[in-house]
Amino acid sequence: MAVAIDSDVLVIGGGIAGLSAALSAARTGADVRLVSEAETTLHHASGLLDVLGYPPNADGDGPVVDPFDAIGDLPDSHPYAIVGAGTVRDGLAMIDDVLGETYHGSHTDANALVSTQGGTVKPTARYPASVAAGLASDDRDILLVGFERLTGFDAGVAADHLEAAGIPAETSAATVEFPIVVRDDAKVTRYAHLLDENPTVDGAGSDRRVRAALADAVEPSVEDAKRIGFPAVLGVDHPAAIRTELEDRLGAAVFEIPMGPPSILGGRLEDRLYAALDDAGGQIESGGGPIVGFDAEGGMISAVYMDRSGSQIPYAAEEYVLATGDVAGGGIDSDRDGVTEPIFGCHVPHPDDRYEWFEGEAFGDHAFAEFGVVVDEALRPMSGAGDPEFSNLRAAGAVIGGYDYPAEKSASGVSIATGYAAGRRAAREG
Amino acid sequence: MSDTQRGDTTTDRAETDADVESDEEGYEPRDVFDSTTEMDLRAGADNCTKVGTCDAECPVAEVNDDFPGPQFQGPEQWRLSQKGEVEIDDSITECSNCLQCDSGCPSGVPFSEMHNTARAKYVLEDQPLSIKKIRNRILANYRTSAWLASKLPRTANFFMNNGAVRWLMEKTMKIPSEREFPEFATQTFREWWAQRGGEAASKERAAKARAQRGEEDVDPADKRVAYFHGCYSNYNTTQVAKAMVRVYESLGYEITVPKQKCSGTPMFANGRVDDARRHAKVNVEHLGNAIEDGYDVICTCSSCSLALRQEYPDLFDLEGIDELAAHTYDAMEYLRIHEDLEAELAGAEAEEFPDVAYHAPCHSRNQGLGRQAVELFEDVEGVTVTDVGDSCSGISGTYGWKSEKYETSMEIGEEMFEHMEETDAEHGMTECPTCSMQMEHGTGYEISHPMQLLETVLT
Repeated sequence: MAVAIDSDVLVIGGGIAGLSAALSAARTGADVRLVSEAETTLHHASGLLDVLGYPPNADGDGPVVDPFDAIGDLPDSHPYAIVGAGTVRDGLAMIDDVLGETYHGSHTDANALVSTQGGTVKPTARYPASVAAGLASDDRDILLVGFERLTGFDAGVAADHLEAAGIPAETSAATVEFPIVVRDDAKVTRYAHLLDENPTVDGAGSDRRVRAALADAVEPSVEDAKRIGFPAVLGVDHPAAIRTELEDRLGAAVFEIPMGPPSILGGRLEDRLYAALDDAGGQIESGGGPIVGFDAEGGMISAVYMDRSGSQIPYAAEEYVLATGDVAGGGIDSDRDGVTEPIFGCHVPHPDDRYEWFEGEAFGDHAFAEFGVVVDEALRPMSGAGDPEFSNLRAAGAVIGGYDYPAEKSASGVSIATGYAAGRRAAREG
Repeated sequence: MSDTQRGDTTTDRAETDADVESDEEGYEPRDVFDSTTEMDLRAGADNCTKVGTCDAECPVAEVNDDFPGPQFQGPEQWRLSQKGEVEIDDSITECSNCLQCDSGCPSGVPFSEMHNTARAKYVLEDQPLSIKKIRNRILANYRTSAWLASKLPRTANFFMNNGAVRWLMEKTMKIPSEREFPEFATQTFREWWAQRGGEAASKERAAKARAQRGEEDVDPADKRVAYFHGCYSNYNTTQVAKAMVRVYESLGYEITVPKQKCSGTPMFANGRVDDARRHAKVNVEHLGNAIEDGYDVICTCSSCSLALRQEYPDLFDLEGIDELAAHTYDAMEYLRIHEDLEAELAGAEAEEFPDVAYHAPCHSRNQGLGRQAVELFEDVEGVTVTDVGDSCSGISGTYGWKSEKYETSMEIGEEMFEHMEETDAEHGMTECPTCSMQMEHGTGYEISHPMQLLETVLT
């Protein structure tokens, strides 16, 4: 007879929604366990935390200036409308507290405009401190620096794009050889570790180190630039020290440009959030396998089962939070017959005819983008008839439907707000 | 949710297609590729979106710049190999089989399966004969050497760490003289087990423990485990195996120790899938018999449990292999889901046990078990178990036992050594026997197994 691994609150999913739920529950003193099928993919994320970048279904409308203002105009079915602007603020306050001075943006309700790797500008609510000097609204002249062999960031293209976007600063670009060439296709992590360790540069004769040599390579291109942007590889362990040293040597502000996966900024965010959950007493189990089944009695879930190479490992809790993501994350499943939530079979509204699930154009207004479970005001997934599927199951993040996060740039904010709310409610009930 | 995770995608798709053919819409999707071949890794290769997390997480690529990395070794090389006449690149032997790429991949690319397949093809078909190749086979078949050494353990211990012998081994076999050979036990675990009365004695002890615990009503059939000790706790660290026996019996479990061979871990890592298959056949048969008799299989070595659970069904098509995977557990994991360990450990003390710096082996993390030891001992008084993070120890079984890999192995381990030294503890703890060797080699600490701490607490 198996005995279930027990906790007050069990959170399923290791992304921002799951972490927010687990953190908020753990911070109220509940005994919390977070399980994720595989290693979290948070280190693939940009590290930016957006709330609402564009209004929903906005054809050609500009970015949202104040996301908190805009929440009032959202349809009732939008997750922000369900939890309310106050909860969005509370959730962000929790994350601000956890991230401390490593993140900026809490001083204002307005969106910041962050320069990204392609030279586009992204409206976002919170951003790493290392990104702060690169905001597009700033009128100090910018030098963007790329590295010869680092693919994924072309300083010239990015500088031209920023210029074309009409930012109020002059931009210039330089591409330099990184002081130590370890291999032609080194990953961002290699650059970051070299800057962390700061070894001497071979063949330089003296005891010149990597950070100093990098500054020397960039120095001739600085000219009138008051701030210098590097691809986000400035250290995993010592980002602040690396930035400060480069700033001192170059006499200009230094910032990082968020990059695609694998992302150093995403990795730093992941490390901080997981460490915070650990500090708050949350138990963390990742990589054990997917949750594949459950027991329920009288409308309440009594246990769930993790599949570990064919064995079914039972986990039990008073309250459960489903934070498994959308179609891309595996939290919503679809096949030719329909769209489902695969663990608990929660109702996911969708047109019967699957040719109505998508539009012809790649960037069209696809119905599938909003597929997800429907929740009540307590974030409990509801059946087609409008009743809670289970009284002790709540949903958080992209598994919830009714919003198109890639289009409106709201993925982190919805995850944080619904995660925070689901975690608190679960802790209160559990 | 996980149907794209392993090689079974093609069969899923084929079934769906069949359903749809009878559909009113008359849509007839066709399987363009031959999806029925065993070991078809196309689905896995197609899952790769080239985000490069595998390369960024690979501890070998981090320190060895000639190593192309898992993205090449796995999906890219598989695609190349479909053109025929393409030899497997010899860099496949640089992979240490730590499986960090497997855990890190967001798209479920079956790296372990791909690497093992490519490595086996390289070693069995392409690799020219050399001293290193012979040495690798000897290392892969550690069980044979250990069996031999166990006949004269004292002599073996003397010679294996004798300077002149080691100099000769370095010169002839390319076995790094820096490493200390593990000591062979003067009595193997199996000898101890037999002398102690084997299964019959275990039944008695378990019955007595159940009586003491007030579990007279518990059906003995519900408390039966078959122990897969593997080579290392049989020939070398027998204290780990004995600790497991005492812990389980004290909780009322009857133990059986079936006939068994090597799990195959060192063989997979050296491309000797042929040897591994021979050993797997014996293991699947005898452990399978125990499962039929109502036993679950438990392992104390994380690489053994990974082999039985994941690599066996990935690589071999043997009768009962999926049953074995589904009935195999890590020894600690099994207790967590069959006993109220939290209650057993509540208020427990282990004053005499030293504080430890705990390293979760890659192969434990790969099974989702990387944090259970830390969690479990959190509330035990008198001992602090500090997690030293998710770096790889670098030894990866036989990998660090090759002269040409020694430096790489130690460079990978550097992060773990530093983290171990940063903790207040002066002892180490891990589940994996070779991680344990590396931890001791790099820090000089004495290394224990979580079962030994559990033994201190419970018995």
